[in-house]
Amino acid sequence: MISPIQSVNDFVIKFANVNGTGSASANNLFAKAVFNMGVPVSPRNIFPSNIQGLPTWYEVRVNEKGYLGRRGGGVDIVVAMNPQSLADDVAAVLPGGYFLYDSTNRLPESLCRDDIQIIGIPFTELCRQQFSNTKQRMLFKNISYIGALAALLDIDFEVFTQLLSKQFKGKEHLITANTTALELGYVYAKKTFECPIGVRMTKSDQVGDKILVDGNTASGLGCVYGGATVCGWYPITPSTSVVESYTRFSERMRIDPATGKKRFGIVQMEDELAAIGVVIGASWNGARAFTATSGPGLSLMGEFLGLAYFAEIPLVLINVQRGGPSTGMPTRTQQSDILACAYASHGDTKHVLTIPANPKECFEFSAQAFDLAERLQTPIIIMSDLELGMNDWLSEPLEWDDESQYDRGKVLHEKQLNSLHKGEKFGRYLDLDDDGICYRTYPGAHPEQGAFFTRGTSRDRHALYTEDGDKYVDNMERLVKKHRTAASLIPAPVINIDDKRHKMGVIYYGTTENVMPESLDKLQKQGLKFNSMRLRSYPFNDEVAEFIDSHETLYVIEQNRDAQMRTLLVNELDCHPKKLVKILHYDGMAIPVQAVVGGILNHIGADECAKTGEAS
Amino acid sequence: MTCVPKSKFHHPQLPVNELGLTYRDYEGSMSTLCAGCGHDSVGAAVVQACFELSLPAHRVAKLSGIGCSSKAPTYFLGKSHGFNSVHGRMPSVATGANLANRELIYLGMSGDGDSASIGLGQFAHVVRRKLNMTYIVANNGAYGLTKGQPSATADRGSIMKGGKEVTDEGIDLVSLALSMGATYVARSFSGDKEQLVPLIKGALSHQGFAFIDVMSPCVTFNNHKGSTKSYDYLRDHMESLISADFIPHKSEITMQSEAGISQDIFMHDGSMMRLKATDESYDPRSRSSALSAIQEHTDKGEVLTGLLYLESGASHLHENINTVDKPLNELGYKELCPGSEVLEELNESFR
Repeated sequence: MISPIQSVNDFVIKFANVNGTGSASANNLFAKAVFNMGVPVSPRNIFPSNIQGLPTWYEVRVNEKGYLGRRGGGVDIVVAMNPQSLADDVAAVLPGGYFLYDSTNRLPESLCRDDIQIIGIPFTELCRQQFSNTKQRMLFKNISYIGALAALLDIDFEVFTQLLSKQFKGKEHLITANTTALELGYVYAKKTFECPIGVRMTKSDQVGDKILVDGNTASGLGCVYGGATVCGWYPITPSTSVVESYTRFSERMRIDPATGKKRFGIVQMEDELAAIGVVIGASWNGARAFTATSGPGLSLMGEFLGLAYFAEIPLVLINVQRGGPSTGMPTRTQQSDILACAYASHGDTKHVLTIPANPKECFEFSAQAFDLAERLQTPIIIMSDLELGMNDWLSEPLEWDDESQYDRGKVLHEKQLNSLHKGEKFGRYLDLDDDGICYRTYPGAHPEQGAFFTRGTSRDRHALYTEDGDKYVDNMERLVKKHRTAASLIPAPVINIDDKRHKMGVIYYGTTENVMPESLDKLQKQGLKFNSMRLRSYPFNDEVAEFIDSHETLYVIEQNRDAQMRTLLVNELDCHPKKLVKILHYDGMAIPVQAVVGGILNHIGADECAKTGEAS
Repeated sequence: MTCVPKSKFHHPQLPVNELGLTYRDYEGSMSTLCAGCGHDSVGAAVVQACFELSLPAHRVAKLSGIGCSSKAPTYFLGKSHGFNSVHGRMPSVATGANLANRELIYLGMSGDGDSASIGLGQFAHVVRRKLNMTYIVANNGAYGLTKGQPSATADRGSIMKGGKEVTDEGIDLVSLALSMGATYVARSFSGDKEQLVPLIKGALSHQGFAFIDVMSPCVTFNNHKGSTKSYDYLRDHMESLISADFIPHKSEITMQSEAGISQDIFMHDGSMMRLKATDESYDPRSRSSALSAIQEHTDKGEVLTGLLYLESGASHLHENINTVDKPLNELGYKELCPGSEVLEELNESFR
């Protein structure tokens, strides 16, 4: 008999539910309770592309040290509320772990394991007795298992009551009903089992002033703070909630008090082509505009992205990456649009990417993207992903400097146009400051000066159509210069030099950050030390090249099949491909610690073997 | 193409409008379209209409897609900003531009390939979105820049230049615009300036989606016998059922004594469209009346022209989504950024 797992504030619990049954809010309540116990928590929705009836899971990692990445492997506790997935759910429990299930129906003999603790509570039956209405019975069954967990894991019951009163402020009947459901499970568990079990919680102070919020909410809010007034969009998972967030916050914060009218315009378009078309039209006309998309939506936007690049129109595109190619895995995560975005559209194009790794960066990069887009007069693509966008993350609180101002870039308004010297003619594509960025005008600015024809065709410095090769090359080279200017304005990489003498480095970006502290700690225990660099944008600045130059071996850790960032680094920096070792994970679930540690160890092992082989 | 560049010089006694501008001030750069191209006549009609309306040209934004028609805005209103976007997607760019600044006048210039073939989706949606703009399609039933292929408005049974018969059904953009909710719908002919200029003036003055389908023959690829979009064919088969006069709000309105049923429809600014239908049963305020008249004339092999439908006072996109009166592109930091105090409250709600 394997002894039950004993652990305080360090475990993984997985809830197995049927989608469309209201389990999400109950599970969210659990995560919030852990957070309010002062213990770092990272919950993940694992859901199908479906409305109702299919299995869905919610995996919560609780970790006092603040490790937020997926641990990988089995879980310590399963809460099994879905008869469809029982077999898989039983199998997911680690030896010595706990299996809590709805014992209204007995667990089939064949599924019983003797190496885990099986805890049966008849949630359906308890709720049937307590509640009269069918919908209530279904919804409160979820709350009742949270109540049972409060007893089993020793979570302060008061934390739940406080959360409920905050959530349902002003709706007393809901507070009462939810509390009743919580007590139902709590009392049954206390009465029937020895509480707490081996895995349990205790209050801590590891959360500080942090917040718990999903990336898409933060991105949408960033667009409000960044001054976006126009949004054209088309719904697509997992980016939809970015626009929903922008809508919700705008409706709260952007209503003209005198008239009740909106200081923003959101239009749901007929497809993603039209969505980005709206953004381009609005930006051309001097408004800050954005759209958000994912997967196939990005492919559809390709032609317009090329136009915005070539005609030099600012725009902000939030790409919440999902599993590709094609429809791929719409509800799973990947970082597989790196190349598609860096070089989006036909012909020679190079875009500007920023890559957030947490909600705070989602907020900041979204707000900052409007300044960058207008300063650089080009698309800024924010590379989020489903893992970040649709899950709650422990994050530093969002901050805003009230002294800041929007940088509207190089725009000549009526006054400046009036002051042009006599005989001087406005030229839309004159590189007057030698940074590749030219001056633009808004339509309607001036009766005589500043009008020009915006086009996707080749043109000269005065925006006149030309097929002259020299003029074409002149323009394309200036665009390269502008791209280099961009490197000095966009978020710099986060570089951590543990010791200058380390010969090995790790390079990663976006949500891979979640597993890195734990992975590097584990590797260090094996005597392996690394310097690290988290990329936060493209084009790469000099620091990126220096970091690569100063190490012998660099592990480039990515969540895609084809090592896209490695390809981009090799292509843009001309570094030797042999130096950059791919560590890849792309099964649609966020990269686990296992994949990083195992991948690096494998490579080092293989490398050692190769060296030994050579020597002998 | 026209070989002689336009002279900047103009006669000192050219008539001037209320802004003191001459017709020449509304022209664009030299046309590179084929000599005799209908599109140049459409451009000239736009110039005439804007001149007569005394519009400040810089307050007009010209938007187009790709194709001969979409190049045309270069050749009129040289003091207006223009945006030659991508093929078939001008409507979405126009939507964004209009959202950003509701105070400009938006003139979309498109073609039959751009709007009926590749861009049919965007065309249908911009109509139903009721964008406040004038949308002109210079319709010749053929692709010019790729040398004469049929577009989606080419009539079934008509013969293309190479001798090939068109076997697909042609799309009638006027009927489509009517059924999608356009509030100003007209059809005209590039060769009939007298009809076209007032229609453009009315469209530019209309608050809402104004659509003008202008038959504009392609002299190079679709002006032969067997074509239903040639100058000859159109002159023979056009039927002007409703003539329209644009009457600015400042002018004195006199009683009409001519034959025909006269109907005056006031626009939002007090200007007026005076319509005269030769058929008493025709009601230009009725969609169904317009749709059935178009169908009846099509069945007879005729191309119905004139102002076919006008609905004054309908709401447009900005009104429908309730945006502020001030153009969104003029809102400043203070009106847009909620600030740190509000953010602190939000942080608290995320705990």
